[in-house]
Amino acid sequence: MGIGTSVLLKMNAEKVLDMLAIEAEVQAADISIAKIDGPTADIILTTPELVYQLEGMPGKIIAIDHVFDLVEIREKLSAALS
Amino acid sequence: MFEVLNQALAEGSITLRAPATSWREALELAGRGLENSHRATSQYTEAMVQAFEELGPYMVIAPGIALAHARPSEAVLSTGLSLVTLSSPIPFGNTANDPVSLVIGLCAVDHDSHIDLMAALSDLLMDVMKVNMLLQAENLEQVRTLLR
Repeated sequence: MGIGTSVLLKMNAEKVLDMLAIEAEVQAADISIAKIDGPTADIILTTPELVYQLEGMPGKIIAIDHVFDLVEIREKLSAALS
Repeated sequence: MFEVLNQALAEGSITLRAPATSWREALELAGRGLENSHRATSQYTEAMVQAFEELGPYMVIAPGIALAHARPSEAVLSTGLSLVTLSSPIPFGNTANDPVSLVIGLCAVDHDSHIDLMAALSDLLMDVMKVNMLLQAENLEQVRTLLR
């Protein structure tokens, strides 16, 4: 449950997952929801400024600089999944 | 393709070439755009500034582009956008994407009814050429034409 950045990041992460033919459930979350639901996620995508808020979660945290850069998202997601 | 954005940007929501000098002024201009177009009250503008103060410059989502918003609340009258271009770029404290030239204000009544709007916004902001044309726009008609 987020309305801005997390929604954009979710949309673009889904595009990349489609390209990579990886099935995944992607949830958009603002920081307060992420603190509640985050521990069940395998991978958490966020922006660099919010990483410190999410540290300590069991899943891998990926910081995306440029929310519209599908190449950056693909490279970072692929690395986290390999 | 971008008609949904044209509709979300109601009359009074667009400010071009604003001479703002700080992130706060830039966010307030984005908030005023939402207020002027009757999408949100001044409490929403305050909430956006507060979100920036609390969570830092995460709102700068791509080179030169900030997406300013707060949570859905009673301060939101209807889902909408505002758009501010800055006459000179302003540092927001974002390492990767500073300085900011374009601020998009967003308010939503809930978490999921504006997904089509976000998809269109994503398509627009992904298009570097369109973004550059937006930044160069000198009048509202040029912006409206771009979004047609």
